[in-house]
Order: sequence, then C-alpha cells, then structure tokens
Amino acid sequence: MSAAAAARKLPGSLETNRALDLWLSINADGTVTVRPGKVEIGQGILTALVQIVAEELDVAIERIRLVAAATTLSPNEGITSGSRSIQESGIALRFAAAEVRELLISRAAEKLGVSVEQLSVTDGVVSARTGGSVTYWELADDALLRRNATGEALPKTAAEYSLIGRAIERVDIPFKVKGDPVYVHDLDLPGMLHARVVRPAAPAMRLADVDWAEVQKMPGVVKVVRDGSFLCVVADREEQAIRASRRLSRLAQWQRAGALPASADPRYLLESQTEDEVISAKGEGAPANGLRTLSAEYSRPHIAHASLGPSCAVAECRDGRYTLWTHSQGIFPLRADLAVALDVPEADIAVLHMEGAGCYGHNGADDVACDAMLLARAVPGRPIRVQWMREDEFAWEPYGSPMVVRMQAALDAQGRIASWTHDLWSHGHSTRPGGKGGVNLLAAWHLAQPLKAARPGNPPLPAGGSHRNAIPLYEFPRQRVTNHLVREAPLRSSALRSLGAHANVFAIESFMDELALIVDADPVEFRLRHLKDTRARAVIEKVAQMAAWRPKEQGDAEHGRGLGFARYKNLGCYIAVIVEVSIAESVRVERAWSAVDVGQVINPDGVINQIEGGIVQTISWTLKERVGYDSEGVTTLNWHDYPILTFNEVPDIDVVLIDRPELPPLGAGEGTQGPTAAAIGNACYNAMKVRLRDMPFTRERLISALVA
Amino acid sequence: MSLVLHVNGESHDVAAEPETPLLYVLRNDLKLKGARYGCGLGQCGACTVIVDGKAVQSCDVPVSAVVGRSITTIEGIGTSDRLHPLQRAFIREQAAQCGYCVSGIIMSAKALLDANPKATDGEIRTALSGNLCRCGTHTRMLKAIRSVASGAE
Repeated sequence: MSAAAAARKLPGSLETNRALDLWLSINADGTVTVRPGKVEIGQGILTALVQIVAEELDVAIERIRLVAAATTLSPNEGITSGSRSIQESGIALRFAAAEVRELLISRAAEKLGVSVEQLSVTDGVVSARTGGSVTYWELADDALLRRNATGEALPKTAAEYSLIGRAIERVDIPFKVKGDPVYVHDLDLPGMLHARVVRPAAPAMRLADVDWAEVQKMPGVVKVVRDGSFLCVVADREEQAIRASRRLSRLAQWQRAGALPASADPRYLLESQTEDEVISAKGEGAPANGLRTLSAEYSRPHIAHASLGPSCAVAECRDGRYTLWTHSQGIFPLRADLAVALDVPEADIAVLHMEGAGCYGHNGADDVACDAMLLARAVPGRPIRVQWMREDEFAWEPYGSPMVVRMQAALDAQGRIASWTHDLWSHGHSTRPGGKGGVNLLAAWHLAQPLKAARPGNPPLPAGGSHRNAIPLYEFPRQRVTNHLVREAPLRSSALRSLGAHANVFAIESFMDELALIVDADPVEFRLRHLKDTRARAVIEKVAQMAAWRPKEQGDAEHGRGLGFARYKNLGCYIAVIVEVSIAESVRVERAWSAVDVGQVINPDGVINQIEGGIVQTISWTLKERVGYDSEGVTTLNWHDYPILTFNEVPDIDVVLIDRPELPPLGAGEGTQGPTAAAIGNACYNAMKVRLRDMPFTRERLISALVA
Repeated sequence: MSLVLHVNGESHDVAAEPETPLLYVLRNDLKLKGARYGCGLGQCGACTVIVDGKAVQSCDVPVSAVVGRSITTIEGIGTSDRLHPLQRAFIREQAAQCGYCVSGIIMSAKALLDANPKATDGEIRTALSGNLCRCGTHTRMLKAIRSVASGAE
C-alpha cells in the first residue's frame, strides 16, 4: 500500500477496518459473503446493507450471504446505535464493494484480453462487448481480496442505481413469521443448562446472608452460585431454575446500603449537584427592554426500553476459553468489559451476535451476557442459558434518563424571537460497556470484589447525549443553551432511542407553539419565519400539505392537531410530524402524518417502517410511560405497572419520503421521537387550550390540567 | 412424570411436572421455539398458541391442563412451501420489525379468523388486545390481518 493510500481517510467504518476480505468474500459457488460489524436489532439494517452490496457489485440480492457479527471474524464497528449504521457500515460496504468490483473487472479484462471499458456486469457475469465472458465466481480467489481498501474506487452514481431506492423485502421477515429459532432466546445447545439470577429488591441493597441448602436439594438444581451479592441458580430445566430462583429469593436476606429519592418526580434533578456547560452562546448583551417574554418548564420521567423479550444470553467455558451468544448492540465493547470483569484475556472470549427482541437502546442485553459468563465460569463444560424474567428487565435495565428543560424567550415587535435560552437537567445518557475507567456490567458491581462502573456521561457534541438537539436549528439573534449534567444517578440510566433529543425537541417545539400563540402566528408559518435550512423548511411544508393544515386552525374541546419538527442531532434526518388527538377520558392520537428527508433513500419501505414504529412508540412514551419507584425500590415490574400503547390505540399513519438521491443517506430510526412528542402536546393545546408540559400525559395529568 | 400432548397433529410423550407452564414444554422439550417468553404472566401475548380453537397464552397454562387437547403452534400452521395466508400477508405487508411478538400475534389472529373469517377492524383489534408489540408495527399487522379477513389474501 502506498503512503498516500495509507494516509487517505476512508469512508465510514472502512477507516478503522481497512482489509477488504474482512468485509466481503466472493465465493466459487456463486455467492457473496458479507460480514457487517453492525447488528440487526429489528430495524432492518441488514437488508439495507445487502441492498448496497448487491447494487455496487451488480449481483442478485439472492446471492448475498450475511454473516452475523462475531468478534472472531467481523470488522469492529463499535456499537449499533445512534441511527449511524447506514452512514458507517453502509458507506463502508458501498466503497468496499465498489473496489472489489473494480478488482474483479480488471482481472476479467486481463483474462478476456480487452480493456475494462469494454466490460459490463450482469449478476456477476462480466461480458465483453466484443464477445466472451467470465464470472466473478471464476475470477475470484482468496488472494484477490487480501488487501487494504484504498477508497479510490468510485461507487455508482444515483443515476446508475437499479436496487438502491427500491422497497426490497426484508431478508429476515420470512423466518420470523414462520416462528423459526432466530433469536438468542431460541438457542438450544446439547447439554445446555438453564439459569436464573436472584437480584435484590432495590439497587442499593447488598446480600447479607442466604442459606441455600434446601434450594440445592430441589429437583433439577445443578448449582447455586454466589459471589458477593451476585446470586444465581443453575438447573437442568428452565422451569426448575425459575422455581429454585423464587425459593432462593425468599431465603436471601438483603441489607440496605442507600435509598432512592422518595418521589419519582424528575424535578429532583433541579435539586441535585450539577456540572454546567454552556454549549451554545450567540449574540451580545440582553435583548432590548419592553419585549414580550415567556418562560416554561417541561419534563419527562424515567422511561424503560421495555423490550418485549427480556434479555437473554448463552455462554460456555471450555478449557478456560469462553464462547458467548448475545444480543448486545456492541460485541467488541462488551468483550472488553467482560475481559476485565472475569479477568481473562479478550482473546479467550469469542462473542457471537444473535438477534434479540427490539432493544431501542441500552437494555439488559450486556448485563445478562455478563451473568451468563460468570455462570459459565462457575459451571464449566456446559452451555448456560440465562433468561431474565420480566421483572428483572423492568427493575434492572438502565432507563432513559429523566429530564427537566426550562425555556425562556423574548419576542420583538415584528413577532420574531429576539432571544432564546434553553436550560436542561439530566443524567448522562451513556453507560454502555466500553466506557473508560470502569466496567459497565451490572453483575460486576455486585461481586465480592466489586468493580467500579465507568463514569456516566454523554456522547460529545455535535451528536450529544442529554444535550442532543438542545441547540435549536432555528435562527435567533441571541441564544444560550446550558447543559446541567447530574452525574450521580439514583437509578442507572443509559441510551434510550434518541437520547436527550426526545425531551429537548419536545421542549423546543412545544415552546415554539407557545410563542407563536403570543404573537398570533400560525405554528407552521412561525417556524418557517425562523428557519433558513431549505431541507427543514421542505419537510414542514410537506407535512402541512399532507395533513391539509389550515393556517391558525383551531381544534374544538375534543379534537385538535399539532406540529413538531427536528433535524435529528442537527446533522441527521429531517422529520416533521402532525398528529390529530381526541380528548375524552384520556388523550388519544387518532392520526399522524410525517414528512421525512433521510437524504438518499436506500430502502423506502425500511425507512417508512422505522418512521411508523417510531411514531407509535413515541405516542406510547408520551401518553403512558413512566418507571415508578419509591424509596424502597423500583415498583414497575410488569406490563400492568407499565402499560404501553395497544392495538386499540394505534392511529393510522401517513409517511412521505422526500428522496434526495444525490445526497448522502442518513439513518431514520430515531428522528421521530422529539417531533412526535411535541406534536402531541401542541395538538392537546390546540384542542383544550391547556398546555401539557410534563410527560406522560396520563388521564390524571389531563384532569388536573383541565381543572387547574 | 409422563404426559401425552397433541401438538400440530402429532402426539408427544413429555416428561415434565404437571404444573410446568406449557410454554417451556413447547420450547424445551418439543423444540418448538416460535412461542416466546415475554412476561410469564399472560400480559403480552408473545407465547400465544391455539388450544382447541382458542388463543391461549402458553406461559400461563400448566401443561397438565392441555393434556388430550389439540394444540397448534406457529410451526403448525404452514410450511415453507405453503405458508398460511396470514404468514404470507405479514411478509407482503412487511409487518415486523424485531419480530419477537409476531408469532403470538399471528396465532391470535388465526384463532379469530378461524371462528370469524370476515372479522372487522374493530374485532381484529379486540382480538389482539392481549398482544403487545413494542416496535410499533401495529398498523402493518392490522393491514395484513384485514387483507386475509377481506379475502384479498
């Protein structure tokens, strides 16, 4: 490789994983093997990656064989999160495949004795205009791809696409509708044992004593494992493990080592010690006197990922070497933390990804993997399957952080915003494994020799964590945005879909409507008044058109409509949402419209599926969801305690994509959360003339707002 | 203890304690992994199977209660070559994201349509009131089920 090639920054994850044969193999049997480092978490990413490779290589989609990510063979692409997989994995595969195609074509040219310009490719068959052809499958050998990518091969232009931009059916759905064993939960290995973990009643409790003699005698029990406060039982059969763990739980004596705040109101954040950072400051001095001003405070509670399938993992230890099957979003960072937790070299741990239930961020996947590894060490030679129970997942997953946002603004005589301040209080939104200076795995903190957690924090701006989307995309002459980070969290919190963008956009977009009202402006026009970005304007105008929005339209007491908009992370997809709500005993979203710009669309149906799902999930968060706890512990333990949106409550949703094939593709998974939450709040005001600023908008909150 | 279960048209001898939830017998003894654990409390529907024509949450039923009854799981309603109309409709509508809830939802829908082939949207939604989907794929699933109910599939 030349020095120039070494120095060149390569696109996406190719930068850190340069070997072409790490990504792709061209096989003699007429197939192409693709090894992405990103993982399927229900978002359909693998289908989009298949589409990209098939497009660049000019082969049929059916020829592509996907290999699930594994530390033993995949490029290290970190964590599958942040709607970054298309930008990172997709772009890497696009350039890698383009380069492989170029290598194959030049070899074909040699073989056929023609210049590369004379060649064309159809489904892996390279044909010369003058006659003669050869296939990829004949051309390729191991040596061909054993080189580093240069990034110099140019991918196709938008005009040349035949697969990109088409609604290709997802590769995984046929297996899922048949009930095939596709999840790690379904893994069933010879000799496999079943385990359950017995966790304390509250995070700050420690195991004082447990006499498990009678549990050891229960049917099927193979072993009770205790290491400090980490307490588990391993049994032959799953139901035996469950029964034994319940008995063990009754026998365990726990000691309190701290208490939770007495109330689950997120405003405890305002009383907490903070680290303050001004993340945006614009304009000198104070705005002129005599301007109309407004301030408002918004909040959201702890929100659970609440995966439908509680976390699960299978691990096995043989001769000191470990194999782990996990639905973690980051197999490499997980391996790094496991190596510390178990004090074994990373090289002795093989981490293999298998799908789990949709995770929507950092749930219990990594923690249950650590549980399984500790048990594999305690019972070597047999695979151990650990399945968290529903109450384990609700009580122990890291929640989306509660947030409080205070907004203040002044309006000038022309009805424009003259100054704007945004102050947010939140815990950090990232405590995933792979953090610096500690181990972010639940069981590791409970061991007799406990390990310290890494310091909780935020991904840095511009993407940000708690401050994600806190800086407005609107243009104001004066603005000041301050992040008040509450580092110490009474309950563990970590990445939940969209991180801080949900609450920040909810606050910004609710506040925009509140300000528009003061100057008697239409919410659509008021936003456009402050927005120069043409793509932003386009999605707002589009959604208004889709919903047949009438300027300054007013709801009646029972119906109303509202708008919300954001550009995710201020650098990702643009999304505008309008919802229609009905108000009776509770708030109900009857319809939703969304206009979306994700740049170049790889798979339109995949994007629409993500947008629809994002809107439904956000309606659920915004109307219903709150993790309950008291000083004794978490009180949310099952679906009765944590109702989510049901089939009777989902609205019809219209989505329009504004395709921009000439622009880079952007992720879509997390763009709807903020705009949808705000649209619901704005629609409620539009109906009732009462402003709801604290999520969730439950029946109780609705009633107290109406009588206030 | 040995019990005889009739699952997907075949009889199986199962060595399990009578109070074992049916779900674990299906998954671990019969290796039918399509019914999935979601809550163990009959609250989410991920484990739904059909027993004598009725949708049942298999996590919440002791295996002894279904001895001698006809049990159908997602694996028993179609084959790869000949999928059930609901399975075909779910593929056509791309009605899944993570898919963890899908087999339970298809089984609830099948129990409904077997009894009421022309079910309305409202009846479908009511029949799915015991099934949760966390990814928010509801509208696609409803569309898929409606297409079967209306005879389009």
